[in-house]
Amino acid sequence: MMIDTNTAWFRRGLRDGIPIALGYFAVAFTLGFAAKNAGFSAFQAMIESFTNNASAGEYAVFSLAAAGAGYWEVAVMTLVTNARYLLMSCSLSQKLSPDTSLVHRMLVAFDVTDEIFGISIAVPGRLNPFYSYGAMSVAIPGWGIGTFLGVAVGSVLPLRLASALSVGLYGMFLAVIVPPARENRVILGTVLLSFAVSFVSEHWALLSGVSSGTRTIILTVALALGAAVLFPIKDDEEGAAQP
Amino acid sequence: MNIWLYILISAGVSYLIRVTPLVLIRREIKNKTLRSFLYYVPYVTLSVMTFPAIVEATQSPLAGLLALAAGIVLAWRGKNLFQVAVACCLTVFISEWFLV
Repeated sequence: MMIDTNTAWFRRGLRDGIPIALGYFAVAFTLGFAAKNAGFSAFQAMIESFTNNASAGEYAVFSLAAAGAGYWEVAVMTLVTNARYLLMSCSLSQKLSPDTSLVHRMLVAFDVTDEIFGISIAVPGRLNPFYSYGAMSVAIPGWGIGTFLGVAVGSVLPLRLASALSVGLYGMFLAVIVPPARENRVILGTVLLSFAVSFVSEHWALLSGVSSGTRTIILTVALALGAAVLFPIKDDEEGAAQP
Repeated sequence: MNIWLYILISAGVSYLIRVTPLVLIRREIKNKTLRSFLYYVPYVTLSVMTFPAIVEATQSPLAGLLALAAGIVLAWRGKNLFQVAVACCLTVFISEWFLV
């Protein structure tokens, strides 16, 4: 039986947030290098990271800033590169209890990233916002400080270290998707099909030209919709959805 | 161009994208297809982001492939998030010692 207090959820989030923070640190360090080239000071780059919490999105901003792009371009590119978070927030809205207050919703929204979203949906039952806060409390500093140091040091991490740390984030995704796939054939099929289609689409002329963020959205909408139509979920007694 | 304005704009847009659905969708969605769709979104989106990206993130693709295999086996056996993540990192770190 899990203890269900806010403190216990915060601690659980903190624990699951530690590997995220380490992975973020490595990625952010590299991002800081791009920020430096765009003329951002270490402090400005850190604030960009604290307030954006998005790798591809920030990279786009740094590249545009380096080219002296207009503000509208920055707004549109941020929208495009981060559009997948819209889908994640929609999904997360069903994971929160309908009673969750507006303030909690606004705070949880601040750090909807691929990784925090991943661990949040893996929580059994409803998502307690304090779980998210626990994860954010280590992930955001890891991200921001990594960016700061990337600019300050002005180089990328040693390749061997960056290479090893970067797969940690994918390891987390696996820890989220594999256990339910083991229990449920439909999820297993969906995961395997997603792997296959994702692999093929990278080399498929029609989709190979679009950014990875856009490709993620297109594939997610297409495959999740297909699964939803073919295998609609049934609600069991506890209210937890099951395909 | 002002760097602080770039920061302000990108921060504002990023936050609006994330906060809008969470604030607007306050109730449980009743429509079965939509509910099912949102139920499958995480699995599809995380799968799509993991593969083949994990193989491309490492210096040696084989190291990434080994990390993928290690991650799947450990997660299948019920190891927790931290253990799986660390095992993937170690797999790459050690295998690249020999591969790169």
